[in-house]
Amino acid sequence: MLIKTILISLCLFVTSIQAAPKIQHWVTDNGVRIYFFPTHELPMMDFRVVFDAGAARDGEKHGLALLTNGLLAEGAANWNASEIAEQFEGVGATFSNSSHRDMAVLSLRSLTDPKLLNVATKAFSTVLTAPSFPQKAFDRERNRLLISLERQKQSPDSISNKAFYEALYEKHPYAHLATGDIDSVKSINVNDLKTFYKKYYVSQNAVVALVGDLTRKQAEALVDQIFKSMGSGVRAPKIAPVPTLSENKNVDIFFPSTQSHILLGQPGIKRGDNDYFPLYVANHVLGGSGLVSTLSDEIREKRGLAYSSYSYFVPMREKGPFIMGLQTKNESAGEALTVLREVLRKFVNNGPTQAELDAAKKNLVGGFALRIASNKKIVENLASIGFYQMPLDYLDTYIKNIESVTLDQVKNAFKRHINPDKMATVVVGDAKKTQKN
Amino acid sequence: MEKVIMNRFALILLLSNLFISLAYADLSTPVTHYNAFNTHEKILANGLKVIVKVDKRAPVVVSQVWYKVGSSYEYDGITGVSHVLEHMMFKGTKKHPPGEFSKIIAENGGRENAFTGRDYTAYFQQLEKRRLPISFELEADRMRNVVLLEEEFKKEIQVVMEERRMRTEDNPQALTYEQFSATAYVNSGYHWPIIGWMNDLENMDVDDLAKWYQTWYVPNNATVVVVGDIEPNEVFALAEKHYGPIPAGKVNRPKPRIERKQRGKRFVEVKAPAKVPYMLMGYQTASIGDAEHDWEPYALEVLAGVLDGGISARMEKHLVREQQIAASIGVGYDAFTPGKELFMFSGTPANNYDVKDLENAIRKQIKIISETMVEDKELDRVKAQVIAGKVYEKDSIFYQAMSIGTLETTGLGWRLAEKYVDNIKKVTKEQIQTVAKKYLIDDYLTIGVLNPQVIQQANNSVGGGSHAH
Repeated sequence: MLIKTILISLCLFVTSIQAAPKIQHWVTDNGVRIYFFPTHELPMMDFRVVFDAGAARDGEKHGLALLTNGLLAEGAANWNASEIAEQFEGVGATFSNSSHRDMAVLSLRSLTDPKLLNVATKAFSTVLTAPSFPQKAFDRERNRLLISLERQKQSPDSISNKAFYEALYEKHPYAHLATGDIDSVKSINVNDLKTFYKKYYVSQNAVVALVGDLTRKQAEALVDQIFKSMGSGVRAPKIAPVPTLSENKNVDIFFPSTQSHILLGQPGIKRGDNDYFPLYVANHVLGGSGLVSTLSDEIREKRGLAYSSYSYFVPMREKGPFIMGLQTKNESAGEALTVLREVLRKFVNNGPTQAELDAAKKNLVGGFALRIASNKKIVENLASIGFYQMPLDYLDTYIKNIESVTLDQVKNAFKRHINPDKMATVVVGDAKKTQKN
Repeated sequence: MEKVIMNRFALILLLSNLFISLAYADLSTPVTHYNAFNTHEKILANGLKVIVKVDKRAPVVVSQVWYKVGSSYEYDGITGVSHVLEHMMFKGTKKHPPGEFSKIIAENGGRENAFTGRDYTAYFQQLEKRRLPISFELEADRMRNVVLLEEEFKKEIQVVMEERRMRTEDNPQALTYEQFSATAYVNSGYHWPIIGWMNDLENMDVDDLAKWYQTWYVPNNATVVVVGDIEPNEVFALAEKHYGPIPAGKVNRPKPRIERKQRGKRFVEVKAPAKVPYMLMGYQTASIGDAEHDWEPYALEVLAGVLDGGISARMEKHLVREQQIAASIGVGYDAFTPGKELFMFSGTPANNYDVKDLENAIRKQIKIISETMVEDKELDRVKAQVIAGKVYEKDSIFYQAMSIGTLETTGLGWRLAEKYVDNIKKVTKEQIQTVAKKYLIDDYLTIGVLNPQVIQQANNSVGGGSHAH
């Protein structure tokens, strides 16, 4: 689930290369915010609804948002789960849902042949507006979630992720995984889901991204059909700001693995932060551009310490994390952590060189066309633009925003946002084999 | 169930999608706004095959070079060599020092990666369409001119071992799958993992790589696939310019090592630190490469779809929701392989059940589908999904290129995909029952089970201040 969140967050930097069709935006009578981008090359459409109903809304019952989202297609109106699935699958449509810290997502992909699309749309609307939350299905899904929580405990990667967010966010709602934990999940009952649904699955709290072979008129009719019976409700309130870490924090967790999984970071930035572009370009140099990044060069190319090493910002509603990570054999964990910290400290102190910055900008500008080259990518971008209330011309101004980033801005922004003396460090592995240094 | 290793950076998500695209591969069925003849092929004098598919939806292009060599070409002692070589292909040529390939692609706004499978090794770049010549120049250069430096190899083999630790050693399900495959495949090259045994990696040297590179990286063993907003004739001219001058080599195909027919049930257990049990059941079946009747692999694909092609399919419906014996379950079959392929079931039992219960429940479903004809509704659903899937696949030029490349390097030919929908549509209820009866029997079954061992605990610490490792 974490991976999905990251992908959604990172894929947002997109634009329209075709000048003609701009993003069309409107708000329905009951408050749904629509972002529509027609594409007529393929007879298909992608419909994505995002509610401000992610794990940050869990309260004490961690896992509540995820279970609510997961139960929608387990029973709706008079249909059970099999009957719902038959509606979608019988016309070749795909329905999917997912739940993250900020967002709860429901997606429909369908052919646009009206005979097929109508069936899929009706089922999608029913799932969205008339879920029945059957007790039996709830018990089963909760049990399955408990098993997947058990499975997390056998993966050093999952263990490190969980510990990292807890260390970074402490009592903030971002501190827990969307999957919750075993005790909290056991405390949830089906009425909690119904209450959560009523409060957050309302049209005022919904953003729709729609891409595909539809006219504006068809798009409007589709949205109306899907949301017509949903209550309008109110938008979810703001969530609390994220406090900065007051000091360095180290979490060492023993796990009998051959590798140590290392994560290092601190709260980063919000969506819409003025420093977003300088930080994004800077991180591209540091650890965001795969093999050509500084981190990969130091960790992998020069020393052969890890297969994967990276850094990234996850801008969220409130400050999402800045994360650096790698995994290396236990014997190398000390060395790798030292290099990781040195690379960061040097980068904060000195910033990238002008040549490195120019190369990163060239990659981002030159690669822009790839970021919007499919309906799938466009719908992901629209969903983020809508959900995080980014400007409608975000895609059109993306290249200009990247190009205008200067070396001074980058150095300055990184220094202001990232403090190498107040980092959370998580190491999961077999410390007996780790050389301390 | 890892059949391909994406390399360089961890593109795990991509990996999990590779086979969806393969299962629904189609290259030229007409769709609105498309003509049927948008795939073009040319073979250069040196034997290099170039396949171009025009897709003008966006001003971008994907360029891939596929070599007919993968882990199944290897043998004992050098397992994993195809994949290690793939890593070393980024370590420079006479003309471009280590790291420069990636830098040039990056500065041109490109994305690149490579992947190794059982039957192929492939490299790709995704670029704005005018930058295609950059891809061709660099790929043509490294087809013959890679410099395999000892010092680079020493570091990179460490990276590959870290990759193996990450993917397999510390992942109990992957460990189980590896042992399962080594049990289900006895004498073919599918016996060992793509990434190779750790001990073989530990003893690999730069000469192993040099031999492998000299043997397989020649134009007459390669296929270049380009999909995007490009004109075929321009691509062919560009290919002549960059790849044309490379002389053909002598390629000795490996000995066939056809997997022998299974004679009786096999079982393997893997004990590893874990919390949740896991089970794999694989039945030895045929693929398009070796089926007795042409329709059999398609019937097996539809059979997999009836069992598990969605939330309404039988496995999810009966085992997960109604009986609640499975916490998760999956069915997999890949028709597009050259040799005997496994029809796979994998899953985790629900609370209060164990892997034996799960196995029995799966067997019961197999018995039902072998004895009772599937319903029209189920067959219609699978066919609707396949037809829709072919449209959806066109949303990604990368997967379109993947389909072409995979079919070419597994020896089946890209044109086969043209007929995919028709072949699926032709499958009858009787044929589904026939393949279930013929292949899903104990004599062809291998079972692999993860037996979770207690994860030892130690005192963990949370420190503040300046404590460092």
